[in-house]
Amino acid sequence: MKKTDTIAAIATALGESGIGIIRISGEDAIGIADKIFSGSKSLREVDSHTINYGHVYFGDEIIDEVLVMLMKAPRTFTGEDTVEINCHGGILILEKVLHAVLKSGARLALPGEFTKRAFLNGKMDLSQAEAVIDIIEAKNDLALKAGIRQLSGALTENIKTIRAKILEQIAFIEAALDDPEHYSLDGYSVKLRKIVKKLITRIEYLQKSFKDGSIIREGINTVIIGKPNAGKSSILNLLSRSDRAIVTDIAGTTRDTLTENIKLSGISLNITDTAGIRETDDIVESIGVKKAIEASNNADLNLVVIDGLLPIDSEDISLLESVKDKQAIILINKSDKELKVSVDDIRKYSDKEVIIFSAKDNTGVDELENMIKSKFISNEINFNDQIIITNIRHQEIINEAMESLEMCLSSIDEGYEEDFFTIDLLNAYEALGEIIGETVDDDVVNEIFSKFCMGK
Amino acid sequence: MIIEKTYDVVIVGAGHAGCEAALASARLGLNAIIFTVSVDSIAMMPCNPNIGGSSKGHLVKELDALGGEMGKCIDKTFIQSKMLNASKGPAVHSLRAQADKQEYSKQMRKTLENTPNLTVCQKEITKLIIKDNVCKGVESVSGSKYYAKAVVLATGTYLKARCIYGEVAEYTGPNGLKSANHLSESLLDAGISLNRFKTGTPARVDGRSIDYSLMQEQYGDNPIVPFSFETDPESVQKEQVKCYLAYTNEHTHEIIRENIDRSPLFSGAIKGTGPRYCPSIEDKVVKFPDKDRHQIFVEPEGLYTNEMYLSGLSSSLPEDVQEEMIKSIKGFENANIVRNGYAIEYDCIDARQLKDSLEFRNLEGLFAAGQFNGSSGYEEAAVQGLMAGINAAMKVLGREPVVIGRDQGYIGVLIDDLVTKESHEPYRMMTSRSEYRLLLRQDNADLRLSKIGHDVGLISEERYERLLEKERQISCEVERLKNIHIGATATVQDFLVRNGSTPLQTSANLAELIRRPELNYDLTGELDPDRKELKKDVRDQVNINIKYEGYIKRQESQVKQFKKLENKKIPLDIDYTKVNSLRIEAVQKLSKVRPSSIGQASRISGVSPADITVLLVYLETYKEKKDV
Repeated sequence: MKKTDTIAAIATALGESGIGIIRISGEDAIGIADKIFSGSKSLREVDSHTINYGHVYFGDEIIDEVLVMLMKAPRTFTGEDTVEINCHGGILILEKVLHAVLKSGARLALPGEFTKRAFLNGKMDLSQAEAVIDIIEAKNDLALKAGIRQLSGALTENIKTIRAKILEQIAFIEAALDDPEHYSLDGYSVKLRKIVKKLITRIEYLQKSFKDGSIIREGINTVIIGKPNAGKSSILNLLSRSDRAIVTDIAGTTRDTLTENIKLSGISLNITDTAGIRETDDIVESIGVKKAIEASNNADLNLVVIDGLLPIDSEDISLLESVKDKQAIILINKSDKELKVSVDDIRKYSDKEVIIFSAKDNTGVDELENMIKSKFISNEINFNDQIIITNIRHQEIINEAMESLEMCLSSIDEGYEEDFFTIDLLNAYEALGEIIGETVDDDVVNEIFSKFCMGK
Repeated sequence: MIIEKTYDVVIVGAGHAGCEAALASARLGLNAIIFTVSVDSIAMMPCNPNIGGSSKGHLVKELDALGGEMGKCIDKTFIQSKMLNASKGPAVHSLRAQADKQEYSKQMRKTLENTPNLTVCQKEITKLIIKDNVCKGVESVSGSKYYAKAVVLATGTYLKARCIYGEVAEYTGPNGLKSANHLSESLLDAGISLNRFKTGTPARVDGRSIDYSLMQEQYGDNPIVPFSFETDPESVQKEQVKCYLAYTNEHTHEIIRENIDRSPLFSGAIKGTGPRYCPSIEDKVVKFPDKDRHQIFVEPEGLYTNEMYLSGLSSSLPEDVQEEMIKSIKGFENANIVRNGYAIEYDCIDARQLKDSLEFRNLEGLFAAGQFNGSSGYEEAAVQGLMAGINAAMKVLGREPVVIGRDQGYIGVLIDDLVTKESHEPYRMMTSRSEYRLLLRQDNADLRLSKIGHDVGLISEERYERLLEKERQISCEVERLKNIHIGATATVQDFLVRNGSTPLQTSANLAELIRRPELNYDLTGELDPDRKELKKDVRDQVNINIKYEGYIKRQESQVKQFKKLENKKIPLDIDYTKVNSLRIEAVQKLSKVRPSSIGQASRISGVSPADITVLLVYLETYKEKKDV
């Protein structure tokens, strides 16, 4: 019996495209590919890591003209023999080739199964496997960089260092308990206190990075609110149309309103358009404002647009007051004409930052961009020496480790005996191990790989 | 003529393991026979004159809760008793008693001889009777055959024993007793693989030749806490002997260093591997070169003798070096050595051949316990003996084996380590080996294990009822204290200030006050007029349960996590060579130990967390395939 079955799947997005790739991995990958391939040489005879020209057959019928990449274990993504068939793009061709591969003995891969095999074969640890999902799902530059850095093992290294330090302390306490003659705990609490403090600082740093991390990963949920005709949609259009921004529609979001994803110097803004509200606002204007306020309650950021050509009225005032306890930036729009609203006017009702803006001639766009960045990204993110926690699972674990270390600290301060500290230290140690898979937890692995898409 | 007899259980060896095994099976109503090379040396203590000590005290208390004998025996024969680590947390408190060696041995012999269904027999056992991988009994040196449904091997350090000091090597067991030289061959024939381990003992000195005025006196505790939960604490309050603390010095170390080449350990004359944690003085001097002195505890061997045991001075150096070294110690200038220290080498098994019931995996009906399994220490031996005896009896009675989990007792930790982990030296129990030690305290051993002892049949109905009542009293009192509200009255504030505690800002319940480091259950009695008189052991439990509630809960959640993996069983017929992605080392180790659960697998050295994940994933698909 073979140890593993050989799996196959379409590895590229479905749709019309120049090429599409079928990936095959497993002990029989080469044999299976060879059965349906005809080129100048049998695939069984070619060298590893070569590209081979030929045709894919199903029975006697030629399905496609292909390039076959052949990679032998262990220097492959999965750590197994891997064959990738580069076909012409197009659903029909890809499905036919895949069908032929499956008929020759491969099994259709489950979502994430290639990466799971890479993980099981020791090609990457748990946090690196998770980085693969992050990279695939990255919506912007920063998210991509964070993912790639995690894939490189940066997070793993960091966690390992922290764990090693914790383990050292546990080992010392245990040694002293077993051999008090040769290892003394006198004064150790003071030393341990300092070490735990340092560890807490390190972990706090990771904890804080999650704030940046979730912004990087998920984007900033932004709502534009303002009176009718204040220029909300033209601001949205301006941001969308700008050469720095790419607009993508995210279908099927939970919100009723359409959310547009805009890239703004590396970070994403998920801007909720309140256009729907505008249409109804002649009829029930107050309800419209109310709805906009509701949306703004759930947002990370509110852009309050004030019509600069009309003096501030009660509606503006109620909008300004509604964002009092939220992250907000006030835009006095239409500065291309003579403004009837000044920064001082706004100051009477709000202490939020104000930008003089014109959607028409791009005034204030750079300022807005910088302001958003400084509000949401604590420092200039430098991916060379910084680790950003982007994953919620990691965040929860880090919080748990933090809690344990803080409990250890308070037990030191309360004068507990040293043998108690190891309970907290061990908790922190084990928790952190879950990030990189050093602590065995049977649920985690399957859960992680179930998040993957097909073919990865 | 050859004698042929049939018993339910045969026990080979009457040391601390053998005695417990024999008593357990006989007390469970089985017809048992115990063999020893010398009836006069039943339950002999050839090394240190104490029972208990750090983590070993836990073992004895657990053994007692399960219905073993050691605790009762030492309660009757101790000459000094002390709770070690009393300044540390309750998890590491450990009871240790100085034994009167001869009295202990006599007392145990009396117990064996007066136990119904148990026969004591002096005879060297030389062979196993094995048929189709089932152990059918044993054969003596004279060829007599003793058939049994279960056999427990507890041969201690006697198998091909060899005692060594300096250039002298003699083929004898401990204390110059006859060694057992034939059984090893039979074990090898049966396919059992053997290790050769080494341990050692220090010299004994005539107490009259020691100047104690130069040493620190060491007293026992008052009041004394007994080992056995059945011993009435009143009955053990008695006059105690003194021990003494002396120190080696630079001169002692110099003598050792100058003669280190004459030590059989360093010259290579000893092949066995010695314990890391019970090192000889020459080991310590080499390992800790910066230490300018090492502790020597001077302990009486009993009331019957002047011999004093020099704990910490275990050595196999030549006798002239031993003498010079001892005389260099303050107070020992005129010491007369009665027996010199020696190292002993012996055959034992790789315990990974055993199941967690202590039965051989490939030899049905054959059980093993004690130093024969590669452990060290009387207490470690005794608990294995008890478990092997119980499980031999369970086998005969057709009942399920009894296995103590790592979360239930040090006994569980000890046996799991022995049957799971590769060991290159005698295994000694240590508190650090237990992951959940705050739950596995010496003070609650009865609460943890009496139910199992009762189910097995070694704990009487009456004793069990008493335990349930104790349990009830503890939980009622803890509940009650949580519901007593204390206001910030003048009386309360005065009480707090008097006891060095911060006055109350708002009201609190009494449990919260007890939790304060400077307060405890007994102290807060004056704030609690309705408090009923409770026994000390109940009060102690209430205090500990309240004071350390937070930590106890944290350990309990660690146990929950542990159990998750422990409950993930690995099918017995699994073929590890078929598990894809498993590293070769892991395949070898797993195939050798054949762990029963993922939890056990994860404790095997050489099996990494990544291997375990691979195994988990494999089991998932394995299950699916079976389901189809």
